[in-house]
Amino acid sequence: MNPSPPPPPPRDPDLLEEALGLGRGGSPPWRLAFVEDCVETSGAFVLHHFLKRALSTEGDGTVVFLGLAQPFSHYDRVLRKMGCNLSVQRNKNKLHFIDLLNLEFLGEQKLSNEKGENDREIGFMDLYNRILRSIEAIRSKDNNGGWTTIIIDDLSHLEIAAHGSVKHVLDFLQYCRSLTSEMDCFLVILNHEDIHSSDEALQMLSHLDYISDILIKAETLSTGIAADVHGQMTVVIKDAPGGLIKKLHSFQFKVKENGVEFFYPGSRF
Amino acid sequence: MAESISRSLRDGCLEGEHAPALTIEDSLASPLGSHVFDHFLANLASQIADGTSQARGLVLVALNRSPSFYIDLLRRKGVDASLVDKWVRILDCYSDPLGWKDRIPPLTNVQKPSTRENVSFFRDVRDINKLLSSVLDLGKGFVGQGKTRFAVAVDLVSNLLRHTSLPSVAGLLNNLRSNVASVQPIMQLTDEHRSRRDFLWLEKNSCKAKFCVRLKRRNGRVKLLAEELHMDQVGVKFAAVTSENSFVNKSLLPKVQFNLQLSDQERVDRAKVVLPYEHQGNGEAIQIYDGRRSLSDDQKDPHLVQPSTLSAMTDAQANSGNGEIHYIRDSDDEQPDSDEDPDDDLDF
Repeated sequence: MNPSPPPPPPRDPDLLEEALGLGRGGSPPWRLAFVEDCVETSGAFVLHHFLKRALSTEGDGTVVFLGLAQPFSHYDRVLRKMGCNLSVQRNKNKLHFIDLLNLEFLGEQKLSNEKGENDREIGFMDLYNRILRSIEAIRSKDNNGGWTTIIIDDLSHLEIAAHGSVKHVLDFLQYCRSLTSEMDCFLVILNHEDIHSSDEALQMLSHLDYISDILIKAETLSTGIAADVHGQMTVVIKDAPGGLIKKLHSFQFKVKENGVEFFYPGSRF
Repeated sequence: MAESISRSLRDGCLEGEHAPALTIEDSLASPLGSHVFDHFLANLASQIADGTSQARGLVLVALNRSPSFYIDLLRRKGVDASLVDKWVRILDCYSDPLGWKDRIPPLTNVQKPSTRENVSFFRDVRDINKLLSSVLDLGKGFVGQGKTRFAVAVDLVSNLLRHTSLPSVAGLLNNLRSNVASVQPIMQLTDEHRSRRDFLWLEKNSCKAKFCVRLKRRNGRVKLLAEELHMDQVGVKFAAVTSENSFVNKSLLPKVQFNLQLSDQERVDRAKVVLPYEHQGNGEAIQIYDGRRSLSDDQKDPHLVQPSTLSAMTDAQANSGNGEIHYIRDSDDEQPDSDEDPDDDLDF
């Protein structure tokens, strides 16, 4: 009988994982990561990166994914090319995908202000309940599950669903944030920097900056468009939410079919 | 200066007076307000535990961070755990501020975090009157119904403003001041216009800040003071403002982005400036060359200005490096042609 082949050696962490302190598996050393992108440079690849890492065989993580921007099939296709089968992970109870593409979770939309406000709050409360049930299912007796990451893709769709009510979105995020201390969860939120026109929405972005432990910013190169470099990434590590900046990492990236390549400026020939 | 603030909070107020209130404001550019709040909170809790404060207990309204964070904070700052349990009450407005957890089915197989005896849940931050009653009930619960006072700390007022109006929050703080020994709310100012931030500048300046205080005395006088604030591994450290970052202690100056005052060096330089109409020459006779006679020290012209005729003589130093203007006057022998335009040579 032929012995089973040895498992492949764990790969070295890339620049993003080093910047985030993720190392070779294990839970992140932070609780709330805020990913910010812009129209010209999508930061969705960061979420794919987090998703793959949390579901990898090296780690003991589970994921609750709020899919507001794309259907499950989209993420499944993308992650298959990166070597991760989301359907299998979902069957194994390691991934709970909450499909919110239709934005119907807020129920019937009323025109009257007071009833609409109540409907919106009830809708967000139900969404919070669904997240709690997912965590409950993940931590059932069959799968004690190490650490759980809640990924939201993306926040701007929550604002649309709330008819621009920043207050309801922040209330919902407050409850998600409370899960990081009560249920040992980690929160990753994607939002777009340059799609807001109202001051109220800009204040929400500032509030998210304030409460996050880590800020990951994906933006275009200041020098223009290049074929080999797709953008620049800045990772801001704070010592505590609302605290001082402990470390700042800056590097460039290129998005490929089966992953992302990170490198320092000038290190590619 | 930070110590004087701690003393004011410790000493409380006299009979019939409003309690002293400390409001801490910060911004995204200098987000150290939470650390400053932690510093004063730990100081006050320590003084209450030692029995040196007028307040005999502390009620902490936790909206921004979990109660466990504050308990860990006080433990790290050296406040005895048993005294924290005895003299600190935390009103938990962080875990369930809107009462959602009461309206959804509870979790079954997930271990819930243990609750402490000195932590009370508050599930309706939109009702300011109920919040005020809860704070007062908690405070009177451990100091009794007598005239003993307790302190209140609120973290973070900005979260309250999201749920209620500004007048309601102002009314809450005003009512608290009537009933407690000292109030310490913290507010977070978010940038209204979020521009591209300079992360390198933020990294460089994120461990230090200027701590500006507006101190209102009993007699109505308002003092503006400033200190430098540094963050280190232990916590917040306050130091006197250094000379290169001196802050002008005047309460009448408007807040503008340019300097209205002169520094000492600028005053000295201004005194050295030689004004052209006041300080002329270096004591010698001034000669104006008109192009018709050569410059000669022996020749005297009635048009020359003698130093003795100057009406104002000052002590300003002569400027030895003055530039010279040589004016060569046209000769009187040349007669202009009648049909020649003397301005023909001009080229505009």
